[in-house]
Amino acid sequence: MNILDLFKRRTSAPVARERLQLLLAYERQSRGQPDLVSILREEIMAVIAKHVQIDQDYLQVSMERGKTMSTLEIDIQIPNKSATPLALAG
Amino acid sequence: MGKVVVVTSGKGGVGKTTSTAALGAAVAKTGKKVALVDFDVGLRNLDLIMGAERRVVFDLVNVIQGTAKLSQALIRDKRVETLFLLPASQTRDKDALTEEGVGEVIERLRSVFDYVFCDSPAGIERGAQLAMRFADEAVIVTNPEVSSVRDSDRIIGLLDARTMKAEQGEAIAKHVLVTRYDAARAARGEMLSINDVLEILSTPLLGIIPESQDVLRASNLGSPVTLADPANVAAKAYIDAARRLEGEDLPVVVPFERKGLLNRLLGRRAA
Repeated sequence: MNILDLFKRRTSAPVARERLQLLLAYERQSRGQPDLVSILREEIMAVIAKHVQIDQDYLQVSMERGKTMSTLEIDIQIPNKSATPLALAG
Repeated sequence: MGKVVVVTSGKGGVGKTTSTAALGAAVAKTGKKVALVDFDVGLRNLDLIMGAERRVVFDLVNVIQGTAKLSQALIRDKRVETLFLLPASQTRDKDALTEEGVGEVIERLRSVFDYVFCDSPAGIERGAQLAMRFADEAVIVTNPEVSSVRDSDRIIGLLDARTMKAEQGEAIAKHVLVTRYDAARAARGEMLSINDVLEILSTPLLGIIPESQDVLRASNLGSPVTLADPANVAAKAYIDAARRLEGEDLPVVVPFERKGLLNRLLGRRAA
């Protein structure tokens, strides 16, 4: 550790600026547009419902925004048919 | 025809009412006829900051509903004779203001006064949207702090979309007024700097109001700081901001406190 670091306080303003720039770039883009995640959720649910009967709660859609790329996470849980009676019995 | 200026921010507690009073009084002192309109229905405070709380008889809602004449509701300031206040009502009815009614009142004020300052409530709901609806210009009060800057950005978006001017395809003139600025802390990198704020909001600067105890003192006394203590740094910054609002090309200087040697050295190191 550099001896100077003891005297230098970590500055927080640059962190604030960076966080704001990232956030506002996203918020400005999505202003006035309907929420993307909820649209995706609805449409994915409709597609799945054509083939398997699942409850709303078994589908999780979330979006994590990164600097250059965002990650869309879709988690669908399909209960096993054989597991259901067991669960009921237990 | 007078100019209608909305003082807005999105976030609460950043100094909208204080700034409305200080800017309005500073403009009125130059001889212009100024009306200050409190749009914070249910939570009015401009009367208190102006020291006129005991003189309120009728209010904006009374005028809109036709139970009082505009001339009856306007309160003339006791210090500056060209300064008037139109108080908000303390009713809890959120729908007391109608767009049509507000539009009529603003038009009548515009025909009599040189400047109409609309003190917006916090938030982005109906009250805030009505306060900005008929404005020609907007003063966006911002603290150098993340949540305030974010909310200001949101308000700028609303100003560009929901005002009458914007809907008619004209641009509404927007100015950022940075309040509670601490130059020493910004120099040490502990607070967003003026450049950070302006760069993020990409909106021109109207002025920088330094953090000052005299602003609270003026509020305690019920007098805009520009009248209570015109020599104070914050008051001077407001007076300069008012001159810029009137179109004067005045360079903005960062109000800098006098500091000791030690503070200077520490400030330099981190900057």
